Amino acid sequence: MAKLKDVCRHIRSKNAGPFWVTVDLFFDGPEKYAKYHQSEALHANVFAAIYGTDPTHVKRTAVDSLHMVKISYPRPEPQGWKGERDMHAGQQYVSLLDIELD
Amino acid sequence: MDSPSFSETIKTTELISEKTGSNQVCVMVPAGALGAGIRKEHVRRGITAGAEIIALDAGSTDSGPSYLARGVSKFNREAVKRDLEVIMAARAEARIPLLIGSCGTSGCDLAVDWTRDIVIEIARNLGQTPKIAILYSEQSRDVLKDKNTKGKIHALSPSVKLTDEVIDSCEHIVALMGVEPYIAALREGADIVLGGRTTDTAILAAFPLMRGAGAGAAWHSSKVAECGGVCTVNRGDGGVLMKVGQDSFEIEPLSLQNKCDVHSISAHMLYENSDPYRLIEPSGVLDVLGANYTQLNSRMVRVTGSRFEPRPYTMKLEGAGKGAFQTISFIGIRDPAVLASLNEFHDRLHAGLTDRINKTFGDEAGAYDVSLRIYGWNAVSGRDMPATAAPPHEVGVMLVITAETQDLATRMSKTCNPIFFHFPLAPNMPQPSYAFPFTPAEIERGQLFEFRLNHVVEVEHGLELVRTQWIDLADASIGT
Repeated sequence: MAKLKDVCRHIRSKNAGPFWVTVDLFFDGPEKYAKYHQSEALHANVFAAIYGTDPTHVKRTAVDSLHMVKISYPRPEPQGWKGERDMHAGQQYVSLLDIELD
Repeated sequence: MDSPSFSETIKTTELISEKTGSNQVCVMVPAGALGAGIRKEHVRRGITAGAEIIALDAGSTDSGPSYLARGVSKFNREAVKRDLEVIMAARAEARIPLLIGSCGTSGCDLAVDWTRDIVIEIARNLGQTPKIAILYSEQSRDVLKDKNTKGKIHALSPSVKLTDEVIDSCEHIVALMGVEPYIAALREGADIVLGGRTTDTAILAAFPLMRGAGAGAAWHSSKVAECGGVCTVNRGDGGVLMKVGQDSFEIEPLSLQNKCDVHSISAHMLYENSDPYRLIEPSGVLDVLGANYTQLNSRMVRVTGSRFEPRPYTMKLEGAGKGAFQTISFIGIRDPAVLASLNEFHDRLHAGLTDRINKTFGDEAGAYDVSLRIYGWNAVSGRDMPATAAPPHEVGVMLVITAETQDLATRMSKTCNPIFFHFPLAPNMPQPSYAFPFTPAEIERGQLFEFRLNHVVEVEHGLELVRTQWIDLADASIGT
């Protein structure tokens, strides 16, 4: 079973405005993209559980030409709230690295 | 101005570059943000390559709500002044206009005026007499309440319907402008346009659209170029030049040592954008699903197939208000026993600090919050670490106390100090002393600010909620 970090050449997360976070999964070539990008393990419910957000708000778009998938979700609290730990959400992707894909 | 006739004027203009005679419009974007550091030689190179205008963005919500709530710039005055000197000198020499949007980070009126004063100071120092248009897009609470009552304000996901209370709680509210106010100012002869909050793309798209470039090409090229060199291979190396035509555009870096490739250009649409194919602008939606990217030469990429779908005009609103106050303190821990039981240590220390505050302050404590962030363990994720996780070699523990006033937050922090300093792993253990890096141990963070609006307002046209002021420095009646 492959982990997400083993089939992507680059994974990143970033704020997209004050209320959203966007995660980019760049798969390592067309074969890995074709094999894994629709994995159940990358379903909205999985993201919602990891990031504490409503699964109906999770947006997902595959970009075939770049072999990448973009997944965006609303922050549970707006950027800069009193409990902020990652202002630009730049470290949020790390929670995904060990997701097991089937 | 009436919107239909205004759009018609845009469409009927023939696309011919006045400077080069080519059927492309050439825009120089000298940096991703004013104040980030603009290189003179790059600007010179842009002028030589035929730039007909200099356009750039000076703002963002990226660094958090504090800048909008306070109306102060993220970049300091000297940094902004230095960049402005470079581009104002180049602009005057080349006799081309300069557009700056989202002035002073937030683009609220205070931030625009702060930028205006620097521009006037530089113009006088350089002996320039530009005609300056100032576009304000900060909104009055009354106008917005009226719009809201009429059902003209809509919540964006995941937010809820706007109330008067939320409008009142914001210190500043800005509406993001599109291209129309910039085009109007250029048509009336502005040499320099200083805009309040504007979409990053509109600042760059205004001139190509005014000259009759294709809407898809104009908006897409602007999205690619809005962060300056971020769309290039060597992201830190200066700005870019956009050449916008009817059905295509080209992007090249200003630095001759840098280059754009198909990946650096196409991947940029993904950056900080929740949808990789569609970007919502005030006057419509950019759709790049059908875009084709071609490497034109070693440094330039050509893009075709971008589309823009006009939509009823909406302006996005940004608003930020004041929140509570914070005081922080910080210790380092190397004690191996503590490091081996960090989850337990965190929970017991948190309970000890909370208990101390409750007993000392009682009702005076109000709505306070105690947060412990163990750096080197789980401070960033905030998630419980598995019991099997290996202990780190050392950790830093930040204590963040949030309270209704600064005085209260700091008093709480001082009250907590002995516990934070000496908290044993278990009650029966000898008293430890952890490593404070600073004295005094407490650092006042000041006030918290919060983004409170995630809404759009419907308008009749792009100038409805924008106020334009003119300053003509050639007019001798303007006092020094």
